[in-house]
Amino acid sequence: MTEPKQRTGQPVSFRGGGFAPKPRRWFGAAVFVTLIALAEWGTRSGFISALTLPKPSDVLATFGELYTSGLLFKHLLPSLSRLAVGAALGVSIGVSVGILIGLFSYMRAGLVPLVAAIFPIPKIALLPLFVIWFGIGEGSKYALIAFGTFTPTVVATYGAVDNVDRTLIRMGQSFGLSWWSIVRKIVFPGALPGILSGLRISLAIAIILLVAAEMLGAEYGIGAYILEAGSLYDLERLFVGVVILSLLGVITSGVIALIERRLLDWRA
Amino acid sequence: MEITLDNISHAYGDTTVLQDVSHTINAQQIVCIVGPSGCGKSTLLRFLGGLEQPDAGRVLQYGDPPEGCLNPLTFVFQDFALLPWRSVSGNISLVLEDHGIRGARAKAIIEDVLLRTKLGDFARALPRQLSGGMKQRVAIARALAVNPAVMLLDEPLSALDSQTRELLMDDLVDLWTRQPFTAVYVTHNLAEAVRLGHQVVVLSRRPGRIREVVTIDKPLAEREFGDRDLEAHQKHLWQLLRDEARAADAELIHD
Ligand SMILES: Nc1ncnc2c1ncn2[C@@H]1O[C@H](COP(=O)(O)OP(=O)(O)OP(=O)(O)O)[C@@H](O)[C@H]1O
Ligand SMILES: [Mg+2]
Repeated sequence: MTEPKQRTGQPVSFRGGGFAPKPRRWFGAAVFVTLIALAEWGTRSGFISALTLPKPSDVLATFGELYTSGLLFKHLLPSLSRLAVGAALGVSIGVSVGILIGLFSYMRAGLVPLVAAIFPIPKIALLPLFVIWFGIGEGSKYALIAFGTFTPTVVATYGAVDNVDRTLIRMGQSFGLSWWSIVRKIVFPGALPGILSGLRISLAIAIILLVAAEMLGAEYGIGAYILEAGSLYDLERLFVGVVILSLLGVITSGVIALIERRLLDWRA
Repeated sequence: MEITLDNISHAYGDTTVLQDVSHTINAQQIVCIVGPSGCGKSTLLRFLGGLEQPDAGRVLQYGDPPEGCLNPLTFVFQDFALLPWRSVSGNISLVLEDHGIRGARAKAIIEDVLLRTKLGDFARALPRQLSGGMKQRVAIARALAVNPAVMLLDEPLSALDSQTRELLMDDLVDLWTRQPFTAVYVTHNLAEAVRLGHQVVVLSRRPGRIREVVTIDKPLAEREFGDRDLEAHQKHLWQLLRDEARAADAELIHD
């Protein structure tokens, strides 16, 4: 036996951690506040010229006017109802078609190429066609938004159905569950995480298309408001409109996060 | 209820998986199926449960399922196959709902099977909160809930550690002793086979044929961990399987 020698040990270097985002509640808000503060400081000090960017405080003031004049809701309510009807149509048809593609060979063979062909078409380009089909009124606006949300929903849904654990479906069959029960109680809940993350994309697209739809033959609506401000180069009002759209985006994303937390709590 | 395998043969593409398998599974007995990996045990079980159809031969059932049986042929899967979004009791009610059993009747059945599988306190837990052994007990409880005529178990204990496996084997023996059921039990583990099987069917390497059927007469309740006569059976089974495994290895070399 050798005498135990005095040795100097080196600590094992740490290389784990990361790859697991945790909620950091106020950081998102802090990023917004910093950016807006920077813009305010820049425009006030003249570092950013007034033609490049409106002053955030002016935008806020314009927003205040819009609110007190009562025009805010006159623009917002029609937009919200178009968004709700169009997206509800597109998403519900998209989820149903996506599940059918996920479950039936002929549906898959027939519809996957079709969806791939429709997906890259900028739906805005089809607006004149929708006007001819559904009229200049609300119909064409619903159709545009529905069509635009339909394709990403289909793709997300059938991908999610493909990822449902087949052993769970075999289990359902082995207990003699009906086809409809298997779809409702196994396939759909199993695909829900994928469907919801597809929904984030679909709804963002719905907001983009909302503006496009309202640029044609709409008296009221956020899109009409932005279009009018844009044609007058009224940057403050343009930005008010843009900020409203961003807020809509943040709110829908927040609502989906809420739904996920309620419906997907089983994922730990 | 009795089930007969009548000359079952099957191939996936060019590989013949099973050849001329005939055997009768007696009512209220546990038949264990052992064999080298890939010899078609799981495939045979899927035929028995009607999840797949063999190329040739038939699976026949004789006699009526017992009174109150909701799903005569019921599987217990190796990977549990629990719905992660349903609680323990929700997973069990899943298989009752389609038979129109809801409310108080469902609750009574769920309580009974959870008690029998010692899960009484976990009715509201989600699968992710359970250990592997408890998940498999939930799967067994779910199978018991439909009052099966024949239980089809595909390596139900292989995903578990050896202590949990011993405990669950005791539980299965208890369940069977209190109320004998018919079961086909596929396993890799010879200790499980001699502990639970009234008969042990040894399959050859692929294409799987019946190499030998070993009958063990000792009553289940009297079998114990490390029994002499069980060990003799186990040794015999091991010799049969080792020969098959060796031959399979030799074939690989000559390919
Ligand atoms: N759906 C399938 N399509 C094609 N080949 C399959 C299919 N299912 C099983 N096989 C093949 O059939 C053979 C037998 O498979 P099976 O799963 O029945 O074997 P096993 O005895 O259960 O094996 P293990 O002991 O590893 O579970 C294997 O070679 C496997 O690759
Ligand atoms: Mg297997």
